[in-house]
Order: sequence, then structure tokens, then C-alpha cells
Amino acid sequence: MTTFALMVLGAPTSSQTPHTALAFARAAVQAGHRIVRIFFFHDGVQCGNQLLIPPAGQQPMSAQWSEFAQRNQIDLVVCVASALKRGVLDHSEAQRYDKAANLQSGFDLSGLGQWIEACALADRVVTFGA
Amino acid sequence: MNTKRYLIVCRRPPYGESYAREALDVALAAAAFEQSVALLFLGDGVAQLLTTQESAAIDEKSLEKQLGALPLYDVNEIYVDAAALRERGFTASDLSLPARVLEYETITALLQRADIVLNF
Repeated sequence: MTTFALMVLGAPTSSQTPHTALAFARAAVQAGHRIVRIFFFHDGVQCGNQLLIPPAGQQPMSAQWSEFAQRNQIDLVVCVASALKRGVLDHSEAQRYDKAANLQSGFDLSGLGQWIEACALADRVVTFGA
Repeated sequence: MNTKRYLIVCRRPPYGESYAREALDVALAAAAFEQSVALLFLGDGVAQLLTTQESAAIDEKSLEKQLGALPLYDVNEIYVDAAALRERGFTASDLSLPARVLEYETITALLQRADIVLNF
């Protein structure tokens, strides 16, 4: 068994990256590996945006991640600095800036320290995008 | 926390997209958590280090100034792709940080030495 930390850098609206990352994560779990944390950085924060409406017939990326993470008890962390710039807000940030929250449940907003910690715990680090 | 050797690979130009700035955020965060951090500038990424950036003209903060924070975080391993400099007509004296200019073979060794390679 290998422990992985994954970073997603692309937005579902403009990049294949989140789909590839999700397929990798599913395959890793299925093969009996452990994923310590999935960190959404740069445009990847849009994976947690529940307001994105995909074309008919496709399931929203945020719901797919959230469901996968819940089923397998995997931490989904969205970089707070990247997210605020791109308009992805949880309830407490929404309150602070007097805006509406749009972060999908199952995701947490937090800092880069969470990523560094995940890297410290993981045997392998894989980034998707960039 | 375990200490790991990070190699942050910077391949993008300093402006026009935000990869350069966000790569720097990762480098500084890793350094703040006392990880070993090195940066490698490849391809168009070498332009991030130029001293002739006039970012005010496009209403941006200077990336060169922000990269200047690296030594304050004890990040002193800065590597630059020699071929990328040559192809673009730059020399080490055009760069804002004391960087080691490396040929391909040495770059390969550098990549192999790192525990974690993050590509931006």
C-alpha cells in the first residue's frame, strides 16, 4: 500500500485535469492505496464551486468529488488564498465579505500548511495540471 | 513533521497567468514549515528572475520583488536552466537572485535528488 497526496490545479470548466485526478484517485483507492488528502490549488479550487452547471448529461464535478471523498473518507482541502481570489467561499468567508457561500459540502477551505502536512505524510505526491 | 526535499519547478512567464505567483506561495509555505526547498527555473520561467521587470505598466505587483522574499525564508537554492537562458539571450547577470546555472545533465540529477517535485 502506498499513501498519496494529490494536488489539482485545473478548473473543470477549462481543463481535463480534475477528471483525470478523480479517475486516478478512484483507481488508487480501488487498488487498496490510501489518499491522505486532496488539495485544490490555483484554478483547481473551482472543483469545489457548487454553482458551476455542467452541460446536460454530466454530473457536476463538485458533487462527484464530494461523493467520492465521503464514501472513502478522504480530506478535500481548497486553498483559501486561491479560492477567495476566484470567488469560491465557505460560510465563514462569505459572512466576512458579505457575499453568498458556494463551497460544496465535503470540501474545507484552508491554508497551504495543509498541503505541506499532506506531503510530509505521503509516500508519493502527484500533481494534476500546470 | 517529516522534512522532505522539495523542488519547485517554475516553467511559466512571470505575468499573464498566475502560476508564477502561486508557485512562490508554495515555496514560501514549505519553507515556513521548515522543509528543504529548492527552485528550478525552466523555459519561459527564467523570465521570472529578470531584473528588468516593469510590472507597474500592466498594474501588477513585481514578481521580482516577491521572489526577493526567498532568501529571508532561507531558500537559497535557486537553479536556472542554462539552455533556456541562452535561447532567450539572457545571462546570469540579468537575474535578480544569485542562481546556479545548470546544464541538462545536472538538472536531471537535481530532479532525482528531490523527494517532491511540484511543477508550475
